[in-house]
Amino acid sequence: MDGLRRGAAQPMSVAHPHTLETTIGLEIHVELATASKMFCGCKVAFGGEPNTRTCPVCLGLPGSLPVVNERAIEFTTRIGLAFNCSIASRSLFARKNYFYPDMPKNYQISQYELPLATQGHLDLDTESGPVGVGITRVHLEEDTGGSLHIGGSGRIADSEYSLEDYNRAGTALVEIVTEPDLQTAEQARLFVAELRAIVEALGVSDVRMEEGSLRVDANISVRRAGEVEHGAKVEVKNMNSIRSVGRALEYEEERQRKALEAGEMLVQETRHFDEKTGTTSSLRTKEYAFDYRYFPEPDLVPFEAADEWIDSLRANQPELPAERRLRWKQTYGLPPGDVVVLAASKATAVWFEAAASAYEGDAKKVANWIIADLFGRLNEAGIGLAECRIAPAQLAGLVGLVDDGAISGKQAKEVLGHMFVTGDDAAQVVREKGLEQESDTAVLAAVVEEVIAENSEAADKVRAGQLNTIGFLVGRVMRKTKGSANPKLVTELLRAKLSG
Amino acid sequence: MKPELHWRPATELATGLDAGDLTSVELTEALIRRCDDVEPRIAAFLQRTDELSLESAAAADGRRARGEALTPWDGIPVAYKDIFVTRDVATTAGSRILEGWVPPYDATVVERCSAAGLPMFGKTNLDQFAMGSSTEHSGFHPSRNPWDPARVPGGSSGGSAAVVAAGGVPWAWGTDTGGSVRQPAALCGIVGVKPTYGVVSRYGMVAFASSLDQAGPLTRTVEDAAVLLSTAAGHDPRDSTSVPDGPPNLLEGLGEGIAGKRIGVVKEFGGEGSQPGVRARIDAAYGRLERLGAALEEVSLPSFKHAIPAYYLIAPAEASSNLARYDGVRYGPRHAAPDIVAMNSKTRADLFGAEVKRRIMIGTYALSAGYYDAYYGKAQRVRTLIVEDLKRAYERVDLIVCPTSPTTAFKLGERTEDPLSMYLSDIYTVPVNLAGVPAMSVPCGTSPDDGLPVGLQIIAPVLGERSMFRAAYAFEQDLGWTGSDEGRPSL
Amino acid sequence: MGIDRAAVDYVARLARLALDDDERDRMRAELDAILDHAGRIRALDLDGVEPTLHPLPLLNAGRPDEVAPSLSQAEALCNAPAAEDGRFRVPRIIEDA
Repeated sequence: MDGLRRGAAQPMSVAHPHTLETTIGLEIHVELATASKMFCGCKVAFGGEPNTRTCPVCLGLPGSLPVVNERAIEFTTRIGLAFNCSIASRSLFARKNYFYPDMPKNYQISQYELPLATQGHLDLDTESGPVGVGITRVHLEEDTGGSLHIGGSGRIADSEYSLEDYNRAGTALVEIVTEPDLQTAEQARLFVAELRAIVEALGVSDVRMEEGSLRVDANISVRRAGEVEHGAKVEVKNMNSIRSVGRALEYEEERQRKALEAGEMLVQETRHFDEKTGTTSSLRTKEYAFDYRYFPEPDLVPFEAADEWIDSLRANQPELPAERRLRWKQTYGLPPGDVVVLAASKATAVWFEAAASAYEGDAKKVANWIIADLFGRLNEAGIGLAECRIAPAQLAGLVGLVDDGAISGKQAKEVLGHMFVTGDDAAQVVREKGLEQESDTAVLAAVVEEVIAENSEAADKVRAGQLNTIGFLVGRVMRKTKGSANPKLVTELLRAKLSG
Repeated sequence: MKPELHWRPATELATGLDAGDLTSVELTEALIRRCDDVEPRIAAFLQRTDELSLESAAAADGRRARGEALTPWDGIPVAYKDIFVTRDVATTAGSRILEGWVPPYDATVVERCSAAGLPMFGKTNLDQFAMGSSTEHSGFHPSRNPWDPARVPGGSSGGSAAVVAAGGVPWAWGTDTGGSVRQPAALCGIVGVKPTYGVVSRYGMVAFASSLDQAGPLTRTVEDAAVLLSTAAGHDPRDSTSVPDGPPNLLEGLGEGIAGKRIGVVKEFGGEGSQPGVRARIDAAYGRLERLGAALEEVSLPSFKHAIPAYYLIAPAEASSNLARYDGVRYGPRHAAPDIVAMNSKTRADLFGAEVKRRIMIGTYALSAGYYDAYYGKAQRVRTLIVEDLKRAYERVDLIVCPTSPTTAFKLGERTEDPLSMYLSDIYTVPVNLAGVPAMSVPCGTSPDDGLPVGLQIIAPVLGERSMFRAAYAFEQDLGWTGSDEGRPSL
Repeated sequence: MGIDRAAVDYVARLARLALDDDERDRMRAELDAILDHAGRIRALDLDGVEPTLHPLPLLNAGRPDEVAPSLSQAEALCNAPAAEDGRFRVPRIIEDA
């Protein structure tokens, strides 16, 4: 019957490794953080007792009808704008028909012919330069419920029966499809990280992969360079973190390359990534394209977006990560590595900016403290910046004290440790712990004299030009002052004394 | 001689209730007795709700006694086609696949009628999922025409039509997707209305074909139909396809008459297709309209000949998708099986009737890969042709008339073996659903060849209900058949 | 043209209808007749004609993003043919071939 579309396995001849190239396209789902579901007023939340957030509409009870959540349309349009898409002036919902027990109606209300946004792009900053990634479409649909598979390992294949929870069914879901413009696993990983940062900056989703509010599927195919037709497209699923995206695609790319080099046939299939082993295994061979029988959703009417409305959204889009990176480069002059780290999440970016504004000097210092010290403590404590007891202005205060010479850099680390636990101001901790540096020149000069007298050999070396030995003398002064001397000042005094 | 209580129209009963001549409980008891009497012969109900009805009637009486009647029709019972979802009262859509389903919510139509004080009076029989033209495709039992119980009452709203025609209840709700309110109304000698698509909310109406389904009243008088329709009509935020406006005022100016109105007679529906007796009554009806002051002229609607093929692609296509949810997972009976595919497939094959399965198959095929453009896609374009033909016609005429049904009520079993012949009963009603315009069937007497009722169909432009009702009222009043002994079955 | 047995089997599988052999044969003949009749419109040249999705030109029907009460777990499950631990129970899920 000509209704069946088959994807044939592509036979490949033995290929020279250097002439193989990889193409990757991503299909990403973002669960929107609207208060209520896509087509009904049930609350959107994570977790909770099963089947406690359903109603006739999202349960698909006979006679129920969907009504579009207007905020979901706005959020999706914002995502489209953030990816430089054309926003459809007229958009339609469509039914995607297939049977599955996690879908109450056995069709999903999605979009097909006239999605909300199309033809966008994102320029990805990679180590080897910018990579342009096309965005084919951004559309809006409803999420399915969740299944528990009972009786085996928890996966469908060896289960005895399954249990369905429809709390999630009907949640607004945005699907973002890229062109197959990504060429390496690392690029794919970077793309997902950037997409995550963009969507988070828009404030339209929690984008937590571990909670399922950001889901990534990939299509990857390795083929001989220059071949017009793509090789067998392999779909990779179950990548549950940004890191996993990189790992899974790296593994899969390697698997395909090895197969081609050995003259094996690659088949079009869906493969499941296993976090523990870092490998992919076949889930099903995609021999038949599913016949979804798409048709325009008759229970909904078309959406027409007025130009003025689109323009007003564009005018008040939140600052996107790329814009922020540029602004930081211009305002703070931070090295790109720092920018990536600090701009990775909205929370971090906001925190850093608050600290940088509270600090009067070079923002790079503040950045250093956050990256080199604070992040480590946060990781160890297992908390995020939001839960950190230290306020941005307080970090600025600490760095200020070091600048003034009130405490040494080493002491400041100790102070930060206390601040992390108590949330007190740096100055207060310094006072309470008696950590003020000795910066009185007269006092220090006396100790310096003592040390020079007690360590004449070392002193002579310095006088002779071996300037490194100053460090030893500085150490002696620090010991005598029980660590409270301002080491910079001490060094200056020693130099002055030993140079003349 | 004043007709018995159960024959009186709702508007007359309202006067009686208001004057204190009658209580709602008395009325309800009379209707219960009448139904007990006629049900063995017409089998109009799938479920009687006598106790609930009496409770609601008592409450209505209480309100009236306190001077707190919700509306003038507070306490006049209404029957619902079992396709309307009713909270805590089992709803089957006429199918065994929903046997035992007790809904946790009410349809908007039910909610609004209850808010007006109308007690629910049972769930009536239908072709399952509204797919049929005779009520023989009910999953439970057929209903019968009160004029001749060896014949069908029409369908799919046959139960509602039969009980109203038999005097079992003054008014009832049906649904019309391809003629399922109008055709049974014509076959049973009563009034049946399909409003403009979107005028009555579809929320809580088990879906057959989403872009065609509309709820509509079945009554014995035009005025009653106007009242019942107004009670439920108007925007519903829970139905995205409902009109933005509130209910139309259909009673205002109802008696204005049709002098000076231009009425179109459909050229393509001339003669050959209908039974001679039907033809005779319809021609007489046209004559009456002219005597009432209307100017009749011929209108040509060439796209109407494509209406049945288009309908029998669009309706099954939407239905195949709407009925996918009946899979034994969340409600209804379940056929035991070792895996989900077998469970779904056996449950559906077992519990859906043959007509439903047929339409699911056609619909699935029409939407399947490679066939969408040729079938569903084409049919949706034919729809545009029909809409445009009507728009053009309404530039010249105010209303269009034609027969509702090509024949009078046929015998049970006569068309069940040949689905196509059953489909052709809808030839005059289906174009109306495709266009979304309003239409109603009003009785125009009985056929001289078999003494069975004939219905005249009046079709109006989009949101033209007021002008449609005025014409129907004028015709009904002048004919004087409704409410006469002649205008009632001798059941 | 006409519908063959393979087409009937394909459609029945898509629609989750376990038809027996007699039903399939009957269905094949009936579908053939109906689609032949319905298919009369296939011959029409309607290239310039837009499809009518809705009879009324309604647009932008939506609702504000407000939470409304949900059914309780008991209400949601009250008609379930099989339930366990607050969830709907279904037989083993297998992939549609």
